[in-house]
Amino acid sequence: MAARDDSRIDDDAPAKASLFYDPRFRSIVAQVVLLLLVVWGGYEIVRNTSANLEKQQIASGFGFLDRTAGFGIIQTLVDYTEESSYGRTFIVGLLNTILISALGILLATALGFVVGVARLSSNWVISRIALAYVEIMRNIPLLLHIFIWYFAVLRSLPQPRDEPITLIPGFAFLNVKGVFMPQLVSEPGFWMTATALGVALVLSMLVANWSRKRQEATGQQFPVGLTALGLIIALPAITFLATGRPASLEYPVFVETGPVLRRGFTQDVGINVIPEFISLLLALSTYTAAYIAEIVRAGIQAVNHGQTEASFSLGLRRGPTLRLVVIPQAMRVIIPPMTNQYLNLTKNSSLATAIAYPDLVSVFAGTTLNQTGQAVEIILMTMGVYLTLSISISIVMNWYNARIALVER
Amino acid sequence: MKVFAKVALGAVVATGFAGVAAAGTLDDVRAKGHVQCGVSQGLPGFSNTDDKGNWTGIDVDLCRAVAAAVFGDASKVKFTPLSAKERFTALQSGEVDLLSRNTTWTMSRDTALGLNFAGVNYYDGQGFMVRKSLGVKSALELAGAAVCTNTGTTTELNVADYFRANKLEYKVVAFEKADEVVQAYDAGRCDVYTTDRSGLAAQRLKLTAPDEHMVLPEIISKEPLGPVVRQGDDQWFNVVKWTHYAMVNAEEMGITKANVDEMKASDDPSIKRVLGTEGEFGTAIGLSNDWAYNIIKQVGNYGEVYEATVGPNTPLGLARGSNALWSQGGLQYAPPIR
Repeated sequence: MAARDDSRIDDDAPAKASLFYDPRFRSIVAQVVLLLLVVWGGYEIVRNTSANLEKQQIASGFGFLDRTAGFGIIQTLVDYTEESSYGRTFIVGLLNTILISALGILLATALGFVVGVARLSSNWVISRIALAYVEIMRNIPLLLHIFIWYFAVLRSLPQPRDEPITLIPGFAFLNVKGVFMPQLVSEPGFWMTATALGVALVLSMLVANWSRKRQEATGQQFPVGLTALGLIIALPAITFLATGRPASLEYPVFVETGPVLRRGFTQDVGINVIPEFISLLLALSTYTAAYIAEIVRAGIQAVNHGQTEASFSLGLRRGPTLRLVVIPQAMRVIIPPMTNQYLNLTKNSSLATAIAYPDLVSVFAGTTLNQTGQAVEIILMTMGVYLTLSISISIVMNWYNARIALVER
Repeated sequence: MKVFAKVALGAVVATGFAGVAAAGTLDDVRAKGHVQCGVSQGLPGFSNTDDKGNWTGIDVDLCRAVAAAVFGDASKVKFTPLSAKERFTALQSGEVDLLSRNTTWTMSRDTALGLNFAGVNYYDGQGFMVRKSLGVKSALELAGAAVCTNTGTTTELNVADYFRANKLEYKVVAFEKADEVVQAYDAGRCDVYTTDRSGLAAQRLKLTAPDEHMVLPEIISKEPLGPVVRQGDDQWFNVVKWTHYAMVNAEEMGITKANVDEMKASDDPSIKRVLGTEGEFGTAIGLSNDWAYNIIKQVGNYGEVYEATVGPNTPLGLARGSNALWSQGGLQYAPPIR
């Protein structure tokens, strides 16, 4: 009987489709095949490359990072001499890239916001100037920007031994070797002033927090900006004076007599900002600012005009309307494309290789690669750096984007 | 990490290497119908385009000589201008068959980069150029100077060594392209321009006022410049090496572009061996027996090429000096063809 029941169940069960037509099975097979293809492709590339490197007797491995570099670098943020290792050149290049990118992003954002808002100004002249800026800047290739800022400007600057251009009287000077400024030299005890600055910053944040809560609760406003400014200036200043001025400015020295080679600004006294850095920074930030300006303009225009009208009808003036109502809403539109521009600026900083600014590509993927010949390892490390920088920027911007996102209630 | 590294390179250059591995360079060159030659991007006297767009120079003529040896036709050569930084990768990856780009022969390049140097077609040394107005008479007075140079060259390392050894402070401003170095030096960004002395002579012509500049007497390094091929292809290595030697031997024997046809009838066995009327020296390196005849007939002997490109009567005005034949007190010495 049991046997008969079994056969009846089998009869009633839906006819099993051929495995070939099972979508689940097909999808798994497709993915396994793709994975195998990728793995096989990767294996072939590794095998082929290592076989060919060996055949051509090209050295490989990361041992070169400990070897002595033997060449000079014009701008280093950490200690570096010709006796340092290739690993050190990597650090030097990396820091120079980060420096130019970070400052470039700050400058480009500030300039971009100003131009973007100016573009929407009701003042015809201002809005046309902003328009002209955007159109001119973004229609010239970045490399040309760099060359114009570097070679064209360099040629018109005073020679190192001639009277320099005064940027700020008694403080900052400019000649063909760059900008010369006084350097802050700290003496023992200066850490207290630095600590005071830190304390002032923390206090300002606390005040801002307290004032926001109070305003939410009572509606009363508190002059946060002025208070913070006061704190940040006064606290370190008082500490500085109280601890007996434990720092001084080292002014650049301009020599006018003696052997001709010795004339001009004395080396390593004060700060010398090299012209390669200045021109690259100006090129990167003015070029990217044009794109940021368009993003800001589009962002502001994306905010419904009803929002402005509503805020006017509440009695808010133009300034607070822009600051409190329009910009916060525009930010949600602005941030994602802005992230793109930040990534572009960071990657574009590698055009430094066209002039003598010692960024990562120029120092490490350039000189070090050429001296050691280890293209595989060096290009890989360089790619890794740009990948890491790009992902870091994306993470920060995404976090910020999430924070300012519209909270649905 | 190492494996991962190789994945990345493979993605970039696997195709290039695969081509290299397949056949000998000589066969590849014959199949293509031309020699692909890597030269510098514009160094008067060494490799530079004239006002008609033709490449001229001592390095360029070596490429032409190789083409003459392989095809019997010196015009079957194409040029790839390369920066100092790009040159070795271009050769390693097979983008060029031969690098003839005033490249210094050093031990690390010869051993670790997978390259072979096929002789020296110009013996050079590194020097310094300064403005006359600086009033500097010796490189030892250059303490505190800003020095302009090329990245990825032995120059950059030599200048560091020199200043370090003499305990002189300096600031290096290093550019990728030679033209940018010249521009920056001309603009006054640097007090000193350093490169091989032949290079200084060549680049000086590009300055706005060449007469206001002078080359200091110090020669701070040995810079044997010569053609480079990939390691592991002896046949092609021989072709390039003996092309250069054939030109030097020809000068020594007095065989010139003009008299090479008469010389063919010479009774001198050593001349007969060079010109292929005796022995099988051409076929021994995979070429036709009149390979050297074609080189001399179409390009000239070493001395002729020198005189026409960098010699005293050219704008560069470089005396033969170390580049004279060994028999004239110089260093140019070729093993005999026999």
